[in-house]
Amino acid sequence: MTVWDDLVGQDSVVEILRTAVASAQERLAGGKGAAMTHAWLFTGPPGSGRSNAARAFAAALQCLDGGCGECQTCRTTLAGAHPDVSLVSTDGLSIDVAEVREQVRLAALRPGSGRWQVVVVEDADRLTEKAADALLKSLEEPPPRTVWMLCAPTAEDVIVTIRSRSRQVVLRTPPVAAVAQMLTAREQVAPDLALQAARAAQGHVGRARALATKEAVRERRRAVLAIPGSLTSVGACLDAAATITQTASAQADEVAERLEDSERDALKMEFGVEDRGRRPAGYAGRLATLEKDQKRRRTRIARDSIDGVLIDLLSYYRDVLATQTAPGAELVNADVADGVRRLADAGSPEQTLVRIEAILGCREALEANAAPQLALEHLLLTLRH
Amino acid sequence: MASLFSTVLLITGGVEFLTDRAMRRALAQIRDEDPEVAVSDVEAASVGAGELTALTSPSLFSSHSAVVVRGIEGLDPTAADELLSYAAAPAADVALVLTHGGGQKGKGVLDKLRKLAAVQEVTSTAPKPWEVSRWVATEVRQLGASISEEGAGYLVSAVGHDLRSLAAAADQLVDAATGADGSRAPISLDLVRQYFGGRAEVKGFDIADAAIDGHTALALEQLRWALNNNVAPVLITSAFASGLRSLARYGVASSKGLREAELAREVGAPPFRLKRLRAQLRGWDSTGISVAIGAVARADLDVKGAADPEYALERMVLTVTGARTE
Repeated sequence: MTVWDDLVGQDSVVEILRTAVASAQERLAGGKGAAMTHAWLFTGPPGSGRSNAARAFAAALQCLDGGCGECQTCRTTLAGAHPDVSLVSTDGLSIDVAEVREQVRLAALRPGSGRWQVVVVEDADRLTEKAADALLKSLEEPPPRTVWMLCAPTAEDVIVTIRSRSRQVVLRTPPVAAVAQMLTAREQVAPDLALQAARAAQGHVGRARALATKEAVRERRRAVLAIPGSLTSVGACLDAAATITQTASAQADEVAERLEDSERDALKMEFGVEDRGRRPAGYAGRLATLEKDQKRRRTRIARDSIDGVLIDLLSYYRDVLATQTAPGAELVNADVADGVRRLADAGSPEQTLVRIEAILGCREALEANAAPQLALEHLLLTLRH
Repeated sequence: MASLFSTVLLITGGVEFLTDRAMRRALAQIRDEDPEVAVSDVEAASVGAGELTALTSPSLFSSHSAVVVRGIEGLDPTAADELLSYAAAPAADVALVLTHGGGQKGKGVLDKLRKLAAVQEVTSTAPKPWEVSRWVATEVRQLGASISEEGAGYLVSAVGHDLRSLAAAADQLVDAATGADGSRAPISLDLVRQYFGGRAEVKGFDIADAAIDGHTALALEQLRWALNNNVAPVLITSAFASGLRSLARYGVASSKGLREAELAREVGAPPFRLKRLRAQLRGWDSTGISVAIGAVARADLDVKGAADPEYALERMVLTVTGARTE
């Protein structure tokens, strides 16, 4: 076992990082270590394992054996608990300049273990412009033992001055076979289920894992994929739209229930608020900010959930189009091939393309803050025609 | 009315317009008593320690002075203490007018003020929705005229519940009812109609109903009124979306032979809407509904984006009425 095991289907990236780790070792011993550098930018599609790659790299740098995956150092780094590795991420919408300044300060410290001081920014695409600017100086000329690792979906998601200061590592969409193999080996999933899940997730490792291990997730996907075949009347379209929006807000509520109360309690604790009596100065403002953030998070979760449905629908119509134009092509949703075939026989490729356009249009509309239920009703009515 | 000097007038209540007016009336009365009075007007939130004492001290330049302190809920504790000690023993040639914006904030100071002998309180409360037409009648009476009950009712349904607009309307009507010789006829329903006819507080649902019924001109007219009255465009699109949604659901459910209550639950509309929906459904088929929902979805996006909301909404109304089968 090594730290690289989690990187599914990224052999060439692992090769680059291994070389870098060897060079880093050389540098620590006083050599030149040409393959190592101080700023890295990990890019790749969602679910390809950008932040996992960064963490594994960090672990390998800290580990005395170059990433054995078993020692204390490797395990604490991968778990995000190593004192010389800080992880910056957010479940909000952006990372602000104050947080980055703090990280820049930490990055200037000497590593406690005597090896490397690593800062992993997991959502570099969410850095505000000011925050990105605050990073530049340290990114260009960090102290000798400091390594920055930034993760973003594409290199275009970070400002050009960051891009030009870092070495880019491009992760690819992991191949289906590699994902399936990982599921079988690590999660003890039966091979055919693993293959099906890997295919349906289209290279998103986390989603593949959820599909392979959670019946509820599979159930939800089945329900979504049953939608195209069920759109026989206006009523059915409206019902389906209502179900999708209700499920999305139920998911948001579930997360909300889990987090919101404890966040409010933590804030009360911080200000020493008791149930009765005066509220300390500043508390009301902070509470309002917190509630606004919580509401925004609910919206984001609900929107992500609807987007997931749209992606599944998109893959379904992609299969319909594939069946219509290239019979025998491999299907993403092979488990519902019958439904795909029925829809393929009932229409022309042109119609399918119009439908795919409509789904993409709906995603854009939701991105532009459209009313979700209305946008979905419009979409499903269009799909019905 | 007794003199306001050497007293403290406390104006409370959450209706800004009424508070404001009570304050203006008090100032007018003070000026009547002494046209030379020196008036100072301050926001309580910006009053520092010692300032109130300075303001309520005798003035060098005029024998009388009046001090207005707005929003005493924002007063800081030191200044509040000064206020209380002044109010316990007000100066003979100073009139102090305080306003409180309603709510719980600053209640401690209010309660202490109310116990003092020199403090007179004027409370303004907003009339309840069913009291608004009586409020209008009182308003007109205070202006020295009278209005018929139907006239007041019509005015409220035309202008809405905003007291400021109603007061302005009452003022205008009293002016109109006053003849050249100064004689005043009672304000009749016809006079109100003449001035405020056709203008009504339009809700998004009214526009949606008109459009779904196929009354294009009416829908467009109401849309204009709504936009002029600052009804948010998203409320109009969401009213259209929900109107079409219940129409479509009614279309599906009505063929199932359900009883009234079950039908209402199935449609997701209150029972009294069902009759209206039945009438509306005659002009619609499933293609029409799809087209209409598409138009609403597009308008929803347009009003949230950079497009001109008036154009987007008018196009939506026209597409919806055009999607009917007749």
